[in-house]
Amino acid sequence: MVPISAYLILAAVLFGIGTVGVLISRNVIVMFMSIELMLNAANMVLIAFSRALSIADGHVIVFLVLTVAAAEAAVGLGLIIMIYRNRATINIDRFSLLKW
Amino acid sequence: MVDYVSALSIDFNLIWPEIALLIGASVILLGSISKSFRPVIPAVALISCIVAMLLASQQWGHQGSGFADMVTCDNFGVMFKQIFLIASIVTLFLGFRYLKVKGLNRPEYYALILFSTAGMMVMANTADLVVMFLGLEIMSLPLYVLAGFNRRSLESSEAGIKYFLMGAFATAFLLMGIAFIYGAAETTNLRRIVTNFSYIAYDYNSTAIYFYSGIALTLIGFGFKIAAVPFHSWVPDVYQGAPTPVTAFFSVAPKAAGFAVMLRIFVFGLSGVELLTTAFWVLAVLTMSVGNILALRQDNVKRMLAYSSISHAGYILVAMTVGGADAVSSAIFYLVAYTMFNLGAFAVVTVMETRSGCRSEFSELTGLSKVHPYLAAILALFMFALSGFPPTAGFLGKFYIFSAAVHKGFIWLAVIGVMNSFVSVYYYLRVIKTAYFDEVKGKVTPVVLSPTVIIALIITALGTLGLGFFPQQLLEFSQAAIFGMP
Repeated sequence: MVPISAYLILAAVLFGIGTVGVLISRNVIVMFMSIELMLNAANMVLIAFSRALSIADGHVIVFLVLTVAAAEAAVGLGLIIMIYRNRATINIDRFSLLKW
Repeated sequence: MVDYVSALSIDFNLIWPEIALLIGASVILLGSISKSFRPVIPAVALISCIVAMLLASQQWGHQGSGFADMVTCDNFGVMFKQIFLIASIVTLFLGFRYLKVKGLNRPEYYALILFSTAGMMVMANTADLVVMFLGLEIMSLPLYVLAGFNRRSLESSEAGIKYFLMGAFATAFLLMGIAFIYGAAETTNLRRIVTNFSYIAYDYNSTAIYFYSGIALTLIGFGFKIAAVPFHSWVPDVYQGAPTPVTAFFSVAPKAAGFAVMLRIFVFGLSGVELLTTAFWVLAVLTMSVGNILALRQDNVKRMLAYSSISHAGYILVAMTVGGADAVSSAIFYLVAYTMFNLGAFAVVTVMETRSGCRSEFSELTGLSKVHPYLAAILALFMFALSGFPPTAGFLGKFYIFSAAVHKGFIWLAVIGVMNSFVSVYYYLRVIKTAYFDEVKGKVTPVVLSPTVIIALIITALGTLGLGFFPQQLLEFSQAAIFGMP
């Protein structure tokens, strides 16, 4: 049987890639994809623990998180389209009307 | 066959206020199809807020939980629900004319405010991390849209996208934290986490490591939501870019919701963890100091108020560091008082911004006292309250927090806090100086005071002065709110 630490390390790596992606990427869509990766890393932790502890809660929570992530994607992509219409770019460095 | 309904203990009495708001929001969304319904939409929003307020006050004094222990009912939650509802009622009044002037008068504004408030009430009302996460998302998603509500404006759309990215980033941290806490405590229910915590936290094995990393990640997630330094970088941009009534809402309601959950988890739940006290100490000092120092050099009133709201979050973090009944009840008192005077300050900014081409720079305040003496006086009142002069509510709130800190032996924290309030006097008084004494260049465009904005100003000014002169009633309420909390 694969030990739980293996799943957790994989999840931590995914989470790290996501975090770095958000911090260094300049493209809003890539940033958003990195955030989704982080959410899925959290899902992985939930499933791994749920399986290791044999409590079904974790599986249910994952479905809930997937739903929330879908809602978030709807709002997020809407906002990205809005700013693309205004600016004709989605490079985050160009959104400097307000200082970061 | 198992009786699932009673096993889940579905009890609608616990969630009537939330249901009232959701019904109101749905009626607005559906009704906005018909043109003849549109004029009454603000009234529908207002009525559902007031109904929710009455229903929430019915819950005062009741203890209970339901929905498989996921929803609780206690005075603490009711107190916070009232704060959110006051904030949303004032925001509805503020938005009425502003939206018309800016050509944004769309029904979604009212529906989104109601949805967001319902999410906050779910957050205040739960003792389960997953439901809390759900409430946080119900609160945040409408707020992302509201920040970018002026979709043709470059600033507003930029604020929307920045708020969305930072908010979603924080959500990911929070969720990771919840996953680790779930793994360590084997449950997401706060009460059972606290019971299990007593025997996992003191072993130095992998479970304790999972638990502490979960706590740290959750803290980062909430740090973004309440805008604690070093997670504050989005605040000034979003506050400046978003439509002003929405900014007023941002600066109080989501912050109060974040604090409600943080108080439940970290102060009531995990009290007595040395590491947490240290973490909060550092967060409180950083948040107060950085917020105040950066506010000194702002030339935009909205941006200045954004940094000031960061520093006010720092004062409440002081109360969280101290812990204990006195500090928490003073934190609740301060949150109510802050809601009043911060909304009031933003109300004045909203009025100023209804002039065309106004960008809320300091220079646009000149001559206010000549043209509108009453508006200038009320602005001065809010600035005195924000900087903590007696006899306003701002003074008493700070006084209670810092005296609780001194009583518990956090002398240095109190000293740093008091020094920070001295620094803050500079930039608050600068507003008053600009409005009263600066030389007027050119002609001052008068502003139009609509009845709705006047109502908002009266509510907030009465709250600011009333809590300053008669704090006893609210103090008793906030002590009753934490009575019986673990």
